[in-house]
Amino acid sequence: MSDVQTIEIMQGILARHAKQEGPLLPILHSVQAEYGFIPVDVVQIIADHLNITRAEVHGVISFYHDFRDAPAGKHIIKICRAEACQSVGANALSDRALEKLGVEWGGTTANSSVTIEAVYCLGLCACGPAAMVDGKVVGRVDGAKLDKLLAEAGA
Amino acid sequence: MKIYIPLDSAAKAVGADDVADAILLEANTRGLDIEVIRNGTRGMIWLEPLVEIETESGRVGYGIVDVADVPALLDGKLESLGVVEDLDWMKGQTRLTFQRCGITDPLSLTDYEAHGGLTGLRNAIAMTPAGIVEEVTNSGLRGRGGAGFPTGIKWNTVLGAQADQKYIVCNADEGDSGTFADRMIMEGDPFTLIEGMIIAGLAVEATQGYVYLRSEYPDAIDIMEKAVVLARAAGILGADVLGSGRAFDMEIRVGAGAYVCGEETSLLNSLEGKRGVVRAKPPLPALEGFLGKPTVVNNVISLATVPVVMEKGAAHYADFGLGRSKGTMPIQIAGNVKFGGLYETAFGLPLGDLIDKIAGGTLSGRPVKAVQVGGPLGAYMPRSKFDTPFAYEEFDGQGGLIGHAGVVVFDDSTDMLGMARFAMEFCAVESCGKCTPCRIGAVRGVETIDRIGKGDTDAIELLEDLCETMKDGSLCALGGFTPFPVMSALQNFPDDFATKKEAAE
Repeated sequence: MSDVQTIEIMQGILARHAKQEGPLLPILHSVQAEYGFIPVDVVQIIADHLNITRAEVHGVISFYHDFRDAPAGKHIIKICRAEACQSVGANALSDRALEKLGVEWGGTTANSSVTIEAVYCLGLCACGPAAMVDGKVVGRVDGAKLDKLLAEAGA
Repeated sequence: MKIYIPLDSAAKAVGADDVADAILLEANTRGLDIEVIRNGTRGMIWLEPLVEIETESGRVGYGIVDVADVPALLDGKLESLGVVEDLDWMKGQTRLTFQRCGITDPLSLTDYEAHGGLTGLRNAIAMTPAGIVEEVTNSGLRGRGGAGFPTGIKWNTVLGAQADQKYIVCNADEGDSGTFADRMIMEGDPFTLIEGMIIAGLAVEATQGYVYLRSEYPDAIDIMEKAVVLARAAGILGADVLGSGRAFDMEIRVGAGAYVCGEETSLLNSLEGKRGVVRAKPPLPALEGFLGKPTVVNNVISLATVPVVMEKGAAHYADFGLGRSKGTMPIQIAGNVKFGGLYETAFGLPLGDLIDKIAGGTLSGRPVKAVQVGGPLGAYMPRSKFDTPFAYEEFDGQGGLIGHAGVVVFDDSTDMLGMARFAMEFCAVESCGKCTPCRIGAVRGVETIDRIGKGDTDAIELLEDLCETMKDGSLCALGGFTPFPVMSALQNFPDDFATKKEAAE
């Protein structure tokens, strides 16, 4: 069962979205901003609040790439795998990153410092290959720049 | 002294923030009186960060500016590109939708109005809803999101529908590789999108709007949210739009990383807080859209173009273009090109001119092998089709589509079998799962292409058959259009599929 603190936090979040039409996505974004992931405890609270089933909430969480059910690493690095970036070497860059980190897409390094994710287009198609580190965009990424980003993230 | 440094994501991604900081610091040390304005981008992404200094003869540009160049820049010793407006890239364009982008401070309403903003809305307020719809219909504006459906006809359906509540939904979930016009206009001139949505609201008698904006664009989300707050404070949004007595308000809604939500019915489900699975049509969203109410779903560029249509008139807009492709199109040149960026021009320019002249060929200096137009679901065009004019029907006639008008260039080192495989893989990852041809077809597509890669020629026929099934049997464009890149790669670059076989043997 959810503890008192969780209930309090969730009441705050749900109140913030009370006036929105179709508020489930904004609620989930807020929950993830609060916890870094969607804790299993909050699913029932959201379901009760919106008068939908727990399965429906779970179905939405699992449908979207953005929502995670476990904490990510300290830094989230996303590398664009879309065609425009591929045309200027994104595949080699992805291989290099995965190899250096020793993980697969979506994986987190053993020291929990970096989670690496594939992203399909950051809209930086004319200055690729592109990446995003904790929400900050980076363009014209080459091997050296990538190594620097990984090192700064503590990988 | 006024110095302009873009705040556009593409400029930031290559160091614009650092350059802005360095200029402020250096100016402070020197005791210089300067004003730094963060403008949108001009669209010359290959020159970013592009710094402009206001002079008597116009805004003089410097690019690519690095932090180390800042002292020389302020000394007046850095080599300039000349007046930005006079550069070939800028002079060759017809900028209607992007008339202000790169020129103004995106969040300054004063700037916006000084450069023609709100004129279209004021004209619309003086007209009847039917009159606005007629004007937009006469402009020939078609959906800039890909399908090319006439905007005025869609609006007319919503206007004719009877309901207590109607909605305007802006599809800002453009997730197609090679397309960044939506992002650029939202970051560089957000009020034009807001103005377009209000005009749409007045036209169909809708009082609430949503921008469904993809989470991959955090900077665009930030700017749009700020712009909405500013517009509301200025009385442009709200219960009494510019004192007209009519109401329109809007909200920025953030997606959650699902490509398929760029499809309008998936988007509506997502907006309602459901899984972003497609809905079967009919009913059309124009009649039963968001929460079952009549809804206009338009792409960002379509809506952002409405203000200029209402400002300058339908005839002015319709005067540009080719055949049934009227007006201008913001073409996004990307990938392996020397000069990548956004180039707005009237429809009809031959594809080859775009690639060889405007884009300057490949960045790698190797020959162009293929050009993918219209995003991940667009066809790969070989050089033999470079005389195709850039317009809806003309591209369709060549087995392609212009989609969002994203153009991605590949050099001769590209393995087209690999690109075909990627298209299927992408469809498998992003399929919403509702219809079988897309959900299962894409997975089998990857396997079949792998078989071809290993030298199994029988699998080519199977792939063709599978593509036929996906094209005819899928509910939406994701499954239905994935065959475009796959089949065009196979048909136009058969060697890439055959050499694999020989190598395997």
